[in-house]
Amino acid sequence: MPTATYAGTDVTVNDEGFFEDPTQWTEAMAPELAAGEGIDTLTDRHWEVIRFMRSEYDAKGTGPTVRILGKTSGVPVKELYQLFPKGPAKQAAKVAGIPKPRGCI
Amino acid sequence: MPQRLVILGGGTGGTIMANRLRKHYGADELTITVVDRDDTHVYQPGLLFVPFGHVHVGDIVRPRHRQLHHHIDFREDEVSAVDIEAQTVSLAGGDTLDYDVLVIATGARLLPDETEGLTDAGWMERIFTFYTPEGAAALAEALARFDGGRVVVNVVDLPIKCPVAPLEFSFLADAYFTERGIRDKVELTYVTPLDGAFTKPVASATLSSMLGDKGIELVTEFNTGSVDGDGGRIVSWDEREVPFDLLVTIPLHGGAEYVGRSPGLGDELDFVPADEHTLQSKAKPNIFVIGDASNLPASKAGSVTHFEGEVLTENVRRFLAGEELDGSYDGHANCFIETGFGKALLIDFNYETEPLPGHFPAKVGMPLLKNSRLNHLGKLMFESVYWHALLPGRDVPGIAAAMPTSGKEHPDDDAPDAATDA
Repeated sequence: MPTATYAGTDVTVNDEGFFEDPTQWTEAMAPELAAGEGIDTLTDRHWEVIRFMRSEYDAKGTGPTVRILGKTSGVPVKELYQLFPKGPAKQAAKVAGIPKPRGCI
Repeated sequence: MPQRLVILGGGTGGTIMANRLRKHYGADELTITVVDRDDTHVYQPGLLFVPFGHVHVGDIVRPRHRQLHHHIDFREDEVSAVDIEAQTVSLAGGDTLDYDVLVIATGARLLPDETEGLTDAGWMERIFTFYTPEGAAALAEALARFDGGRVVVNVVDLPIKCPVAPLEFSFLADAYFTERGIRDKVELTYVTPLDGAFTKPVASATLSSMLGDKGIELVTEFNTGSVDGDGGRIVSWDEREVPFDLLVTIPLHGGAEYVGRSPGLGDELDFVPADEHTLQSKAKPNIFVIGDASNLPASKAGSVTHFEGEVLTENVRRFLAGEELDGSYDGHANCFIETGFGKALLIDFNYETEPLPGHFPAKVGMPLLKNSRLNHLGKLMFESVYWHALLPGRDVPGIAAAMPTSGKEHPDDDAPDAATDA
């Protein structure tokens, strides 16, 4: 399993850079993770989504889809795409240090 | 006093459960009531063939009540809500049903109105879905008139019923236009929110290359934000566009509406959270879920419902007897994938094992993840199995709830499967 270093701490990630163990994540790592996704500044709205991702993961064991984010996070889908242009569900999951959202089949 | 079982939904899951449990219990031990809003049971896999004129809607529809055994009470009524504390179901007609055990089998609902513009200009004129009988029949007429241009097949978001059906539609459209001699005048495009043709890597690679071989363009990671019927384009949230002359859409899906009106029962999309292995709801121990209505990470497909039915019959029995539940449902799914020109693939998988090549159910059998005429014949034959064996609750030989492993080739196996194709 690959490792990466954020905020001076080694963490375990998968091949695509998603955290394997969300307990290794700290808020201090988020800016570096965001920069890796091409997001230069984390605004309050970004943080709102990041914290929502963490609480959803804690409650359900998987990150929410964009559709559920749009329905329940308080941030509309259009704005989610402005905050996380390459796909809110995946990008926000990566910055929030949770595993890649489990796709439906 | 007999115990009271109420089943919401008289489709594949509800019918299987009612019939299997009716065989198990005498009428003096258990009353069984099935509620559905209409008396029309659609063999949904047949909808795929309607747009190409191979099947007419009338051929794939039968009365729901006729699929149920004797001593099963069929109520044609809309569910208003479930009160999970009082253990009652209120019906739109005014009646209230009391239950000791409730089985939720109300499937998934299409939500085309949730996508901006989808049901505005062009809906049912140049924009269709084959996921409803009306849509499939209207699409058949539109395809018959179509003499060239851009056909776009668009999966708006997951989960959807039968996740391979949109791919099958694309393959069959390629064959249909080829047989009509106008394939060179048609641009076919498959637009999906996934990062490949399918969710699971081995099958996704096979299916993606099959799209390429048939000249079907694949557009991935496209999250449809709006549809412009007048302008003939779909637009993603990240502002990409795909133009169309004819759009075949697979709209958003959600659970049944009453789930949202029943506090504590469902999730944000009105699906009902349940244990992945026992199918017991997270809401209450005496509520179970089968088929598309659940939030399980399994395909929303008839085969899944069928396999769940075996486990759930046993679990309802154990629950009524006060025994520990059987946690053996493994996510098993089994799908034929029509690829056009009289051939089909077969895939077989579960929660843990992705669709792999090999043979089903064992080393000698139907080829997996490989195009063959035998698989196509299997798909055609299945409709008869559905009405005459699966719904009545008979065991279907060779197709069991637990996924078979002996015929599958794992990516790291070095000994290739020696069996030859039938």
